[in-house]
Amino acid sequence: MSRIGVFLCHCGENIAGTVDPGKVVEAANRIPGVVHSIDYKYMCSDPGQSLIREAIKEKGLTGVIVAACSPRMHEPTFRRVCAESGLNAFLCEMANVREHCSWVHEKSELTTAKAIDLVRIMVEKAKRNRPLFPIKVPVTKTALVLGGGIAGIQASLDIANAGHKVILVERDPSIGGHMAQLSETFPTLDCSQCILTPRMVEVAQHPNITLHTYSELESVDGFIGNFKVKIRKKARGIDEKLCTGCGVCAQKCPLKKIPSEFNAAMGMRTAIYTPFPQAVPNKPVIDKKRCTYYLKGKCKACEKACPAEAIRFDQPDEIIEVETGAIVCTTGFEVLSTEFFPEYGYGKYKDVINGLQFERLASASGPTLGAIRRPSDGKEPETVVFIACAGSRDPAKGIEYCSKICCMYTAKHAMLYKHKVHQGTPYVFYMDIRAGGKMYEEFVRRAIEEDGVKYIRGRVSRIYEQDGKLIVKGADTLLGAQPVEIEADLVVLATAMVANSGAEELAKKIHVSYDSYHFLAEAHPKLRPVETNTAGIFLAGACQAPRDIPETVAQASGAASKVAALFSADELSREPVIAVVHRTAPPIFSICEGCFMCEQACPFQAIEREEIKTRDGKLIKVVAKVNPGVCQGCGTCVALCRAKALDLQGFSNEQVYAEVMAV
Amino acid sequence: MLSQARPGSKGRPLADRLREFTGESAAKCYQCGKCSAGCPLAAEMDFPPSQILRMLQLGFPTLEAKAIASLSIWLCLTCETCLARCPQEVDLPKIMEFLREESLREKKFHPQAKEIIAFHRAFLDSVQAAGRLYEIGLIADYKARSRHLFQDVLVAPKLFWRGKLKLFPHLIKDRSNISRIFSKTLGKKEPSG
Repeated sequence: MSRIGVFLCHCGENIAGTVDPGKVVEAANRIPGVVHSIDYKYMCSDPGQSLIREAIKEKGLTGVIVAACSPRMHEPTFRRVCAESGLNAFLCEMANVREHCSWVHEKSELTTAKAIDLVRIMVEKAKRNRPLFPIKVPVTKTALVLGGGIAGIQASLDIANAGHKVILVERDPSIGGHMAQLSETFPTLDCSQCILTPRMVEVAQHPNITLHTYSELESVDGFIGNFKVKIRKKARGIDEKLCTGCGVCAQKCPLKKIPSEFNAAMGMRTAIYTPFPQAVPNKPVIDKKRCTYYLKGKCKACEKACPAEAIRFDQPDEIIEVETGAIVCTTGFEVLSTEFFPEYGYGKYKDVINGLQFERLASASGPTLGAIRRPSDGKEPETVVFIACAGSRDPAKGIEYCSKICCMYTAKHAMLYKHKVHQGTPYVFYMDIRAGGKMYEEFVRRAIEEDGVKYIRGRVSRIYEQDGKLIVKGADTLLGAQPVEIEADLVVLATAMVANSGAEELAKKIHVSYDSYHFLAEAHPKLRPVETNTAGIFLAGACQAPRDIPETVAQASGAASKVAALFSADELSREPVIAVVHRTAPPIFSICEGCFMCEQACPFQAIEREEIKTRDGKLIKVVAKVNPGVCQGCGTCVALCRAKALDLQGFSNEQVYAEVMAV
Repeated sequence: MLSQARPGSKGRPLADRLREFTGESAAKCYQCGKCSAGCPLAAEMDFPPSQILRMLQLGFPTLEAKAIASLSIWLCLTCETCLARCPQEVDLPKIMEFLREESLREKKFHPQAKEIIAFHRAFLDSVQAAGRLYEIGLIADYKARSRHLFQDVLVAPKLFWRGKLKLFPHLIKDRSNISRIFSKTLGKKEPSG
């Protein structure tokens, strides 16, 4: 006979505000099998937990129902309380009377009645619970980091320094990401390359880090602690072991007018190229879409010039298979290009550029060696207009969010321009100045007060060209929205930070969810910001939402510490909520008929075949078997099994029917 | 339509002159509006104080001209409530004073400011001459300047019988000191070019 205890939480006013706790407790006491029922203001608090502990001991409970919030919130808390009191953790259930009841209904008799129903349902389930024991799975102490920007670099170094192996995969020919493209960084104006490149080198030289650049994720199988990953190492067209990185090939390449990705099309590159001089690894790649040899079958100028004879035109892509225990996704972001803005000329005005392009103009390693020269004629611009919120906070353009970094980098751009062109006038059109961060507001005020940047509050409606000038039409809303017209030589759009174009595809590959903007979703926006809903997969940086460098680095270190914690044990335990195949004594052995429809249906490849043999080795039948390490407990096989030979532990058919019948 | 000063066109931005003569920076103001919110005269002004300051921030000639020709600068009482409350510690009364001087220098004052300027001059003349206020002299001077000859003329007898208007000025002891103060101040303060 079951001895169930019901513990109703008020959750302050969250539950007690609409549900009458007294009535629920009273009704719970009348449910057959319930021997104890009590309510308390905060059941998750220490005194609340003590109520459960004491009741388990004094009343000899065989099952516990905590009627409170979602099991996603506190199930682990209460299961731990039960386990500490000698009750198997899986005999503890939660009735969600907050999200499923008090939060979604008005205060009424019916709301209380629904709460009582929810408790009754869980009592029926709990009566049929059996003790379960966590499944132990081994952990492969190697982490896969996807993306070699500052987030990936930081996460890799932190995990590697904790003594674990790291495989860092970067899509581009070099690590460094967007940060390598930046000139100076706000709010300190320290040179981006100066602080980043030493870390890039550290990654390349770290004994615990294996670096795969110019490589992409092919597929991910497995589960936390035991991922099986395929990486496509794209053919560079060179033998990396022979190449010395001397750069003669790029000098000899006849194609010199290819817009450089690293320079955001502000500079040119060749078909065989190293993205930038400080690239890690400092080995070139051949752009097969543009190289004359790949297009027309002749040229080979680089092959002739290469002193190391390292050019390999026929090099194939290579698929590398690795096993990892955790994955950190740091795939970063893209910025909208100026072509996105019809009102600002669809990108057809050469002197309307985006923020990343301005970074390259201002960078000492950029195409102008740091001199601010406009792209159309190379002249030094006398008047520069910066437009914040270009695309951001613009629901009509499909981007409702604030890109977060633009206010700061626009202030920085205007400041850098003023530092380089003393007699120039920078104007900034903005909607709000969002400068929340250490020394950020001070930085913006410095741009305005010390460097004389003219801020005009209002959105620019249109830009058009007239007599070699860009006419910027806006308004000053601080003066009652008086129209303003600026004749500019250069316009810089602080274009919105958007998710990578391949983000959706990647999310599907690694089985994590994403939001409507294709940013990858964290498990909890406040309390689990670097985890995803897939155990063992972590996030850091701008692949999750717009972020600046300090936040990205902090988050990367956070994700790294989560990985280190995961790797701190040799085994990890998983919830035993998995499917099991019916087994019984001979002569039946199992009611499984061996149709293996479950094998087809299982999305995790957890179904194996088991041969049942006699003692002398004669095959009796082949039945399904669930690999407990791989099964995720989704229940698809259970629903599909014609013989009802499969059942889900903790959510058995019997339990679910009893729950339904209890209503 | 507002637009920037064309390179090479007339003059420097007013904000530069402001900084030179008063040490105050227009750029310091971040347009929170607290000055306008607390100004006792803001409701009477053509532009609230924060907007007057805004007109100096961009360096647009049309806006600067508007500030100089505004009535607001003449309505300002220099009560300094704005300065006392300003989070950025902008000395707005000082800026108002600078704008009044600019307005007079360029002779571009608001038509309704005529009486205020007439009274202002008459008052200072009276003080300069007598070392303190000489009411009949002030009234005569004001009326001559403003040409409002018969304004409030009916209250004059009442004031006279109650002893509020003295026929002759009360002179202070050492008037040379007063004229020294005036010449020193005027000589220094008049902004040039």
